[in-house]
Amino acid sequence: MLEIKNLHARIAEDETEILRGVDLTVNAGEVHAIMGPNGSGKSTLSYVLAGKDDYEITEGEVLFNGENMLEMDPDERAAAGMFLAFQYPIEIPGVATMEFLKTAMNAQRKARGEDALSIPDFMRRVKAAAAHLNVSMDMLKRPLNVGFSGGEKKRAEILQMSLLEPKLCVLDETDSGLDIDALRVVSEGVNKLRAPDRAMVVITHYQRLLDHIVPDVVHVLSKGKIVKSGNKDLALELEKNGYADYVDTAA
Amino acid sequence: MNASMPIRHTQAESDLFDRYDKAKSSFAGSVAVTALREAAVDQIRDHGLPHRRVEEYKYTDLRAFLKAASPLSAAADLVAAKNLLAEQNSYGDLERHRIVVANGVYVAELSDSDALAAEGVKIQDLNDVLEGENGSQYLTAPKSGLSDGVLALNTAFVQGGVVLEVADGADVSKPVELVHIATSSGAQVTRNQVRVGAGARLRLLETFTGETGGGEINSVFDYHVADKAYLAATRLIVGKDEAARLFTSVTTIGAEAEFKSLGFMAGPRFARNQQFVNFTGENSEAKIYGVTMAGGDDLADQTLIVDHAVPHCNSREFFKTVLDGRAKGIYQGRINVAQHAQKTDGEMMTQALLLSEDAEMANKPELEIFADDVICAHGATSGQIDEDLLFYLRARGIPEAEAKTLLVLAFLSEAIEEYGEDDVTEGLEERVRDWLAGH
Repeated sequence: MLEIKNLHARIAEDETEILRGVDLTVNAGEVHAIMGPNGSGKSTLSYVLAGKDDYEITEGEVLFNGENMLEMDPDERAAAGMFLAFQYPIEIPGVATMEFLKTAMNAQRKARGEDALSIPDFMRRVKAAAAHLNVSMDMLKRPLNVGFSGGEKKRAEILQMSLLEPKLCVLDETDSGLDIDALRVVSEGVNKLRAPDRAMVVITHYQRLLDHIVPDVVHVLSKGKIVKSGNKDLALELEKNGYADYVDTAA
Repeated sequence: MNASMPIRHTQAESDLFDRYDKAKSSFAGSVAVTALREAAVDQIRDHGLPHRRVEEYKYTDLRAFLKAASPLSAAADLVAAKNLLAEQNSYGDLERHRIVVANGVYVAELSDSDALAAEGVKIQDLNDVLEGENGSQYLTAPKSGLSDGVLALNTAFVQGGVVLEVADGADVSKPVELVHIATSSGAQVTRNQVRVGAGARLRLLETFTGETGGGEINSVFDYHVADKAYLAATRLIVGKDEAARLFTSVTTIGAEAEFKSLGFMAGPRFARNQQFVNFTGENSEAKIYGVTMAGGDDLADQTLIVDHAVPHCNSREFFKTVLDGRAKGIYQGRINVAQHAQKTDGEMMTQALLLSEDAEMANKPELEIFADDVICAHGATSGQIDEDLLFYLRARGIPEAEAKTLLVLAFLSEAIEEYGEDDVTEGLEERVRDWLAGH
């Protein structure tokens, strides 16, 4: 589903190189975890996949279901099935959450040549998804993410993810800022979306998220490259020994 | 500038003097009214049209913009007026009373005067009252007098308008829309007086429809809000022709009264909405909002002076401007607080969103405070669309143009929502979308 080949990327403004040759293949139905120390390029990788133009690709390619994803606009990637759950979901005053959800869902449907959802159909979907994630109707009446707590913002991200039904979910430090209860709710929401035709890339600094969302493959990203891959036990080893070994390896 | 030196008149100014000479015999009014008109013409003769060296018109050089002046519009074609009235759809299905002024003159046949009379609202043709003993009172606006050039231009050429009086205590059940219609080309110059009696409530809508073929539109509204009364005035300034659109309101507010206004401008070529608000009684409140959109080579000016002459009054001024292309936006706002106007609370904010590199915003908020126990604040910001917000929306599949529309709507809606009057402003979102799609 996702093939990243020798990807090099730098910050457009000051040309600082962040990704230095990432290779990663994720197949449908798989959940991959990417772990790594601060500054290793985890968030950059997620932004590059979503199409943020603060970054410049200097080498390599990214194929999404065989198509060159780097040539697509962010909204085209989303309509093709790419979803990024943001580490810091943005507050947008003046944009009502429900209006935003409807606009996003219908924009993607339109891009795929599908009909717009009827209002009752839309409401039914939102209510069902919101109930699973403990998202209250009161939250949905507010402007997007405005006044949401950290946990509410992350639940709102997963709500968007379940409504948009993406093929590829990239979760950027979804566990940051969550307490144990919120972490469980969010993880359950994510696990519910695991499916044979859907792939996930879970980016995290800590192993604890992976107790809840159990990955098929774990990768270590350090200094802009994947330096080691293994099964879920690799995460436990990292939790015990820290990243020191890998930082040195890459250097 | 030496005021005693005779000035060299522009083409437009010469046209205006011609226009006056041709039209003066047909103007309504007593001897005193005629004297006011003559004085106004003399003012233009002596000082010219307002231009950039007049501080209040520094950014809005009407003299340079007006290359020529059209004749005044002729009498309206009532059939055409009726059709335009049916077509214009500024407020959708909103239940409302209508008063029609076509080519500058009140049209009783198209106005809901009976329904309004039943609600305690009396309408008179301005031209009737100008003939009367007190006619000249209707052409002298308090405070501002003749010094303002746009007001002088109005006084000289006023063709008609209405005097609308809401009886004491009347709560007018539906909004009243004062529709100005142009059925043919030519300048349109109107003066309207709105008096809301003690304890009465009125929601006024002001709309302008039809093409004047480049002739200027100059409308003055003289509002009187009596003690404990409520007036909410929503003004739509739209239209794509070359006409200069010049609007003035002068508001006099009594005690324990509330006045609100929203000046909504979407895409006129050259427009100025100037408001003079005067508190004359204590414990009153004025809330003035402006929503402006300008693109291309448009110029859009919102100018405001709020005079706190008495203690214990609050005013809130909140203006939002979106600019694209090479458009120029202007906000000039001044809050004056007189020495004895203690406990005044004034809060003024102007915010601009620039969609292009070449657009230009002039923000000039001013406070002039002579009292020592007041709370007054002002702020001004100009910025661009936040790229992070745009990326977030696009990452959810919303194409760039629609994402920008959502963010512009979000930016403007802050002022529209604070104004309130939801049933009236509901349709404005569509106007913003139209402007974004077609400017």
